[in-house]
Amino acid sequence: MNNKPREIVVISGKGGTGKTSISASLAYLSKDCIVADCDVDAADLYLLLNPISIEKHEFYSGHIAKINQEKCIGCSTCKNLCRFDAIKEDSNGKFSVEPTSCEGCKVCVEFCPEKAIDFPDRLCGEWMKSETRVGFMVHAKLGIAAENSGKLVSLIRSEARKLAQEKGKNLIIIDGPPGIGCPVIASITGATDVLVVTEPTISGIHDLERVVSLANHFRIKPYVAINKFDLNLEITEKIEKIAKELKAQVIGKIRYDKLVTQSQIEAKTIVESNIPSAQDIIDMWEKLKAN
Amino acid sequence: MTIAVASGKGGTGKTTIATNLAVIASEKYDRVTLLDCDVEEPNSHIFINGEKVNEEIVNVKIPEVDESLCTECGACSDFCQYNAIVSLKGKPVVFKEMCHSCGGCSLVCQPKAIHEVDHRIGVINFYKSGKISLIEGLLDVGSPLSPPLIGAVKKHENKEELNIIDAPPGTSCPVIEAIRDADYIILVTEPTPFGLNDLILAVEVSRKLNKRFAVAINRVGSGDDRVHKYCKKENIPIILEIPDDRKIAELYSNGKIILGNLPEYKKSFEEVLEKIGMVIQNEQ
Ligand code: SF4
Ligand code: SF4
Ligand code: SF4
Ligand code: SF4
Repeated sequence: MNNKPREIVVISGKGGTGKTSISASLAYLSKDCIVADCDVDAADLYLLLNPISIEKHEFYSGHIAKINQEKCIGCSTCKNLCRFDAIKEDSNGKFSVEPTSCEGCKVCVEFCPEKAIDFPDRLCGEWMKSETRVGFMVHAKLGIAAENSGKLVSLIRSEARKLAQEKGKNLIIIDGPPGIGCPVIASITGATDVLVVTEPTISGIHDLERVVSLANHFRIKPYVAINKFDLNLEITEKIEKIAKELKAQVIGKIRYDKLVTQSQIEAKTIVESNIPSAQDIIDMWEKLKAN
Repeated sequence: MTIAVASGKGGTGKTTIATNLAVIASEKYDRVTLLDCDVEEPNSHIFINGEKVNEEIVNVKIPEVDESLCTECGACSDFCQYNAIVSLKGKPVVFKEMCHSCGGCSLVCQPKAIHEVDHRIGVINFYKSGKISLIEGLLDVGSPLSPPLIGAVKKHENKEELNIIDAPPGTSCPVIEAIRDADYIILVTEPTPFGLNDLILAVEVSRKLNKRFAVAINRVGSGDDRVHKYCKKENIPIILEIPDDRKIAELYSNGKIILGNLPEYKKSFEEVLEKIGMVIQNEQ
């Protein structure tokens, strides 16, 4: 039908489950993919892949309000209308916008009787195309306190797709954001496969249920990988049962391996380091490829 | 006094520290309020094990168009910065998931055809366990906007006593919302390259918000000393160090807190509260 590349998004209910180490390992094993870091809030993939930047772009999204003090007459219309409490009045009766609170909704700009509020584009971060030893990579650095990580995620994904087209690759591996909020939704809509990384903890069970139902909500097939499965075999069993009920296939079980931190320190993916858990990831990759 | 426990990324032990601090604090204060603002995946209730005493649905305001008054002028869709109200063949249609509830469209609508109605985004659960009140925000699945729910949870802060906020991970809008009014922030990290990378971002956020903060290092011994070195170089106090102890990981996996099970750690948590109390007192 079409030659749309396969797009595997690795996500997790919580951060710190090993999502990034697993994505990097899969990218390494595939030998032939575009890899994208959509965990823009905590972009860590570059620490393992040592990208060499070939292109850098600023990322603007939305706007931010800025009061022009020369024109402002202090009528406080803006302050009364702003629902995000972003406009402050100081002890001298001067009004200003608190940038970390402004959502760029434009209400104050529209209703300021003196037209005293500017509405410039908002710089939210930068995104890069890079070369790595596992292939091309698209990634970003979100500005501090910048909003709209969802939009940046969408941008990275569309750039990764373009790059896949250009380079004739039929696989994209995405290190997705954790959670179930707006960045995750942006990272999985339209993806072909979702790999949910979880751990055998009570909270892991909770998180898994929520993430799988999110994937179902968007009609994407979820696979489950249980990381550190031998830390608590009882809960691992429970997770397998719940995954079955939720119609999500457990495609990999990765053992608890203290040496993962060591390979992280050496800036290597797990599968490049000759450590016990590498084999588990290789097995998982073989199954994933076959599906 | 409000202490927020935050981290650049999840899985560093934020909830462990927040819940254990709440337990220690409840020995000292008459009442402790633990606000779980990690509304996408709130986990504090697993460790606190309280009795649920109440529930409150959280709504945001979204526009509704009265078609009999609408002149199909398009002013509302032109105005909306988030494409949450769009004119389809002249008729305005609302996409509620994208609405930020700014109220702008109803203000710009001349014939007053727009009024605002409630749209549910999540729920707040109230638990009680001894002297601890746990107030947990839980975002509905498929609802992308957590800051308004976090704001609603924070309204239940108990200004007279001690509050502990379990903040969401990351460095963007939800964290800012959770920590912006805190008196003190504890940034939780791990002694690894990922941990350091994420800590640096969290430090930037705390500095940008002009907050007092310190670092708590979890799983000390599992990685290297780069986090320690960074804190030293940046003059950031390390307020708590938890060793890499398989017993702690096992307790966590079974939903149990450290205190009460591993009494040897009690003293270090007590010291955290004391130190923070002193810092805040010196400020006032
Ligand atoms: S509405 Fe305009 S003039 Fe009035 S206080 Fe705000 S910026 Fe100043
Ligand atoms: S643009 Fe919206 S959020 Fe920003 S200051 Fe104006 S009214 Fe407030
Ligand atoms: S601004 Fe009011 S009248 Fe105009 S299209 Fe929107 S709802 Fe209809
Ligand atoms: S309330 Fe604001 S965000 Fe929502 S539809 Fe109206 S203009 Fe758009």
